[in-house]
Amino acid sequence: MPEMEVHLFLLLPILVPFLTAILSILAWGRRRLQRILSLVGVAGLLSAGINLFIIVRTGGTQAAQMGNWPAPFGITLVADLFSAIMVVLAGLMGLAVGVYALADVDPGRESFGFHPLYHILLMGVCGAFLTGDIFNLFVWFEVMLIASFVLLALGGERAQMEGAIKYVTLNLVASAIFLAAVGILYGVAGTLNMADLARQLREVTYQNLVNALAMMFLIAFGIKAAVFPLYFWLPAAYHTPPAAVSAIFAGLLTKVGVYAIIRVFTLLFVQDVAYTHTLILVVAGLTMVTGVLGAITQNDFRRILSFQIVSTTGYMIMGLALFTPLALAGAIFYIIHDIIVKTNLFLISGMVRYLQGTYQLKYLGGLYATHPGLAALFLIPALSLAGLPPLSGFWAKLALVRAGLELEQYAIVATALGVSLITLFSMTQIWAEVFWKKNPTDEPALVVSGNGWLLRFYPALALAACTLLIGLVAEPIFALSMSAAEALLDPSGYIQAVLGGTP
Amino acid sequence: MEIVLAFVIGGLYAAGIYMMMRRSIVKLIIGLALLGHAANLLIFTVSRLNRGQPAIVPEGARVPIAAFADPVPQALILTAIVIGFGTLAFAVVLIKRVYEVVGTDDLDSIKGTDA
Repeated sequence: MPEMEVHLFLLLPILVPFLTAILSILAWGRRRLQRILSLVGVAGLLSAGINLFIIVRTGGTQAAQMGNWPAPFGITLVADLFSAIMVVLAGLMGLAVGVYALADVDPGRESFGFHPLYHILLMGVCGAFLTGDIFNLFVWFEVMLIASFVLLALGGERAQMEGAIKYVTLNLVASAIFLAAVGILYGVAGTLNMADLARQLREVTYQNLVNALAMMFLIAFGIKAAVFPLYFWLPAAYHTPPAAVSAIFAGLLTKVGVYAIIRVFTLLFVQDVAYTHTLILVVAGLTMVTGVLGAITQNDFRRILSFQIVSTTGYMIMGLALFTPLALAGAIFYIIHDIIVKTNLFLISGMVRYLQGTYQLKYLGGLYATHPGLAALFLIPALSLAGLPPLSGFWAKLALVRAGLELEQYAIVATALGVSLITLFSMTQIWAEVFWKKNPTDEPALVVSGNGWLLRFYPALALAACTLLIGLVAEPIFALSMSAAEALLDPSGYIQAVLGGTP
Repeated sequence: MEIVLAFVIGGLYAAGIYMMMRRSIVKLIIGLALLGHAANLLIFTVSRLNRGQPAIVPEGARVPIAAFADPVPQALILTAIVIGFGTLAFAVVLIKRVYEVVGTDDLDSIKGTDA
C-alpha cells in the first residue's frame, strides 16, 4: 500500500471527529443539522477505526511521521494491534452512545454544544490511543479532559457542579504530575518519542531514577484510570451527568488511563519488573476489593456501576502485572469486554430512569412485569460483568485466572474469584431492587413507544448482542488479544515501525 | 543557577499543595495553577540551563556550529502553558458557577455527591 495512504488512514480516526466537531460548531443553533452531523461523524469514526484495524491486522504495526519530520524528532502516530483494537472500540461506543444521546440529551444541553464537545472527546480518546510520543500523549489527555470537564458540568445542576469540582481538581493534579514526569524523563533520556525512549531507557544507568519516574507515571495514569487508592473522584462524579455522558465516560475515559499504564509499563518501564509490576499487582488486588465493596454499600443505580468501574479496572491492571503473554491477552480481552458491558449498563440505567424518573433503588421496582425486554437486556451485561459463562466476562476472567495459576500467584487469583462472586451479588441486588420487587411508588412506570424509546433501546440491544457474540465466539477474539499481547511484550516491531532499521 | 531554581520549584510545589489543602475553592484553583507553574519550571531546569547559546544556524552553515541550548523543552513549556491557561480559564468559570449554584466557597459543604 502506498505510504501516503497509510498516513491518511492513521490520521482518520483523529481527523473525522475533529472535522465533525468543527462542522457542528459551524452549525451552532441548528439542532437538527447538528444531530445529523453527529451521527455521520460517529459512523465515520467507526468505519475509520475498522479500516485502520484491518490494515494493522494484515500489515503489522503502522507508523506515520507528522509533517514528515523523521522520528524521533517529530511527532509520530503509531497503531499497533492494541491501539487499533482500542480505536475500533472507541468508534463502536461513539456510535452506540451517539445514537442514544439523540434521545437522552435534552435540547438545552444540545444547544449549548453537546455535539461538538462529544466529538472533541472522541478525538482526544483516539489521539491518545494512536500517538507514539509521550508529550503528545499529554496533549491528547488534555484535549479529552477539557471536553469531559465541560460535558460533565453542562446543564449546571447542583450535583453536577459538586461532581465537576472533584473531577476537575483530581484530573488537573494528575496532569501536573504527568507533565513533571515527562519533563524529568526528557532530562534523563533526551527524547520524547516512545519507541526511542524504549531504546534509551535500556541503557540508562540511574535505575533508581527510572523507577521513581515509573512511579510518577503510575500515579498520574492511576488517577485517570481510577485505581486504588486514587479512585475516589470517580464515584463522586460519574453519576451526576445525563446517562449518555456517563456511559461514554464509563466506557472510554478510565480505559484511556488503563491503556496508558499498559503502554508505558510494557514499552518503557520494563527494566525492573520485579519491583514495578509487583507493586502494580498489589494495587490491582486492592482496586478490585475496594471497588466491589464500595459497590455493595450503595443504593443508587449509577453509583453501584461507578464503583464497579473501579473494581473491574483492577482486573485489567492484574493482567499487566502478571506480565506473561496469556495474562496480557486476558487484560486486553477484559478491556474489550468491559468497555462494551460497562457502557451498556450505564445506558440501561438511563433507560430505567427514563421509565421511573429516578436512579434511587428504593423508589424503583416492578420493571420485570412491565418491561420484560429491558429486564432481559439488563441481565446480559450484568451477568457478563460477574463472569458467568458463556458471556464475554467469563472468558476474560478465565484467561486471567489461568495466567495467575501458571505463575502460582494464588493470592491474586483468590482475590479475583472472590471479587467476581461479590460482583454477582451486587448485580443481583440491582436485579432484585429494580426489576423483581414490586413498584414501591403509586406512579406506574412510563408506558413507552416511539423514537424516544427506540433510540435508547437499539444501542443497548446492539451492545448486548456484541457481548453475546464475544462470549459465543470467543476463540477469534482471544487469538486477536493474544497477538496484541505478544506485540506488546516484544516491542521490537513497534520500535522498528517507528524508527526503521534494526532495533 | 540550577540550585536556585530547584528551591523555587520546591517552593512552588509546597505553596501549591498548601493552597490545595485549604477549604476555599478559590484557593484550590490557585494551588492547581501553582502546581502547573512548578511543573513548567521543572521541565525548564532538568533540560540543563545554558546561557547565551541560541539554537540558530548561522548564515552559510547547515547545522549549528557552536554548542546550543535545547529548544525542545521550551516548546514543551510553551504548549503546557497554553494548555494550562485553557484549563485554568475553565476552572475559574466553573468555580463561579459552583458558587452561584451551591452558594458557598467552602469545600467541606460540597459533599452531596460523595459516596
